Amino acid sequence: MSRTSLPELMEERGWLLADGATGTNLFMKGLESGYPPELWNDEKPDIIQWLHQGFIDAGSDIILTNSFGGSRYRLMLHKAQDRVAELNEKAARLAGALAEKADRPVVVAGSVGPTGEIFENAGGTLAYEDGVAAFAEQIAALAEGGVDVVWIETMSSTEEAQAAVQAARQVAPDLPVVVTMSFDTAGRTMMGVRPADLAGFAAEQNLFAFGSNCGTGAPDLLLGVLEMTEAAPEATVVAKANAGVPEFKDGEIVYSGTVELAGVYAKMAMDAGARIIGGCCGNTFEHVAEMKRALNGHAPGPRPTRPDVEARLGPIQQATGHKCAHGHGHGEGGARRRRRRRG
Amino acid sequence: MSDNNEDDDLDLRSLNDEELAEQIGDDLYDGLKDEVVEGVEILLERGWTPYDILTKALVAGMKIVGDDFRDGILFVPEVLLAANAMKAGMEILRPLLVETGAPKAGKMVIGTVKGDIHDIGKNIVAMMMEGAGFEVINLGINVEAEQFLAAIDEHKPHILGMSALLTTTMPYMKTVIEELEKKGIRDDIIVLVGGAPLNEDFARAIQADAYCKDAAVAVDTAKELMQRKHNIST
Repeated sequence: MSRTSLPELMEERGWLLADGATGTNLFMKGLESGYPPELWNDEKPDIIQWLHQGFIDAGSDIILTNSFGGSRYRLMLHKAQDRVAELNEKAARLAGALAEKADRPVVVAGSVGPTGEIFENAGGTLAYEDGVAAFAEQIAALAEGGVDVVWIETMSSTEEAQAAVQAARQVAPDLPVVVTMSFDTAGRTMMGVRPADLAGFAAEQNLFAFGSNCGTGAPDLLLGVLEMTEAAPEATVVAKANAGVPEFKDGEIVYSGTVELAGVYAKMAMDAGARIIGGCCGNTFEHVAEMKRALNGHAPGPRPTRPDVEARLGPIQQATGHKCAHGHGHGEGGARRRRRRRG
Repeated sequence: MSDNNEDDDLDLRSLNDEELAEQIGDDLYDGLKDEVVEGVEILLERGWTPYDILTKALVAGMKIVGDDFRDGILFVPEVLLAANAMKAGMEILRPLLVETGAPKAGKMVIGTVKGDIHDIGKNIVAMMMEGAGFEVINLGINVEAEQFLAAIDEHKPHILGMSALLTTTMPYMKTVIEELEKKGIRDDIIVLVGGAPLNEDFARAIQADAYCKDAAVAVDTAKELMQRKHNIST
């Protein structure tokens, strides 16, 4: 089937199903811990296509390319920093070929993960321009390979997300851009970004969609989605939660979330206002197929409350926001103490 | 805060010892590296022992940073700034601590496991552990089992800390623990693990001694397990 654009498909359908995990599913096919999955775009393309086809068959409208760690900073670790163009273009083509064969429209999203470095303007060492250049190199290759959307995910710093978006605008100005962050630290990202902050960033940057992925399980992720849809009720918000929490069984990482819970999560994500729903780590083809079954014909219900989320999906892992009861006088998000100026 | 802007030239020398130690803690909290260094130098001039400066000014200050990080008041950027200020103070104290033979809380080898380049959380733990008086040997990122074993052999640490931020790299911690077992040294060392995708059950399954949710917990856990080990062996 000929390819369609994400905005068109969204317009037509109202909500879309994304895919599930990459890394945890590749473990089942023999990926070893510490080995970069991106190299399999070259070495084991059949397995990467098995992954994509599995999600297409499960009902995914959007599949993410196997390029999460495809920036030069991540590939440097495996001395593959010279292969950014090749590995990302291959990632895009492997997914694109299957999207074209599918009997319904499937959107190919070019996955772009964090560099792993901290940006200078966020207290680290990576110069902003170098970050933009690295993302531009990766995104140009994904665009060359034919992705339909630039999908920047698992971000924690606004500075880094900004660099990636700027790179996308430079090298792929016609493609829609999506940014999702991981809110895994007291209801914010580890760098302190709130879900509502991301909503503001998305509006400034004219993103097609934004949302949350990975982090600490579906209940926490849904709280973030609720915050984002409250801040931006008209926006297209993405929910891609992990399937429970990781467990180590017989030498393998297995996520605790059942297939049945994936359906409950998907419906609650829709009720919370998410319009692109899928899974992150631990979500198998069966989990995604269950989301599809659950969402088909689901009439969105009232916005869930925090107790609803906990009752149906389990406890919140991370406290959200510090409710300070011991009166040491710090404001919301502000430093608790300040340098005192004395005479 | 308006009252803070009135006088930017706080003269640290005008403070008495107790106020100055507290001020160093405040400056650490705010990531004011130069001020921390100046404060440490003044206390040295006044005849404080390096060990007292470490424990009563720096460690006390970093404890608040750690607590507020744990409580979701501070996030990584602020903690990095505080850690850098701590490091600047420690650079002055470290040689003096060695000279004076100050007591150490213990020794730790730490690293991010093979395949993983995430440095941030691990470095914060390293800084907090140093801040709590531990000697820390930081092996960096992408550390293979052999490198961990070689460092353990060389430095004879009490604690091994391993970090992983990716689902694809966390199982490697188990590989390292298996290597410790093979060499027959697993029970000689406390193994602490941490990183965003981990949890207590995972730590138990791979037979680590503890999962540490954040740097403040790592410090508390390290102290507690050191104490317990001490009690057993004496």
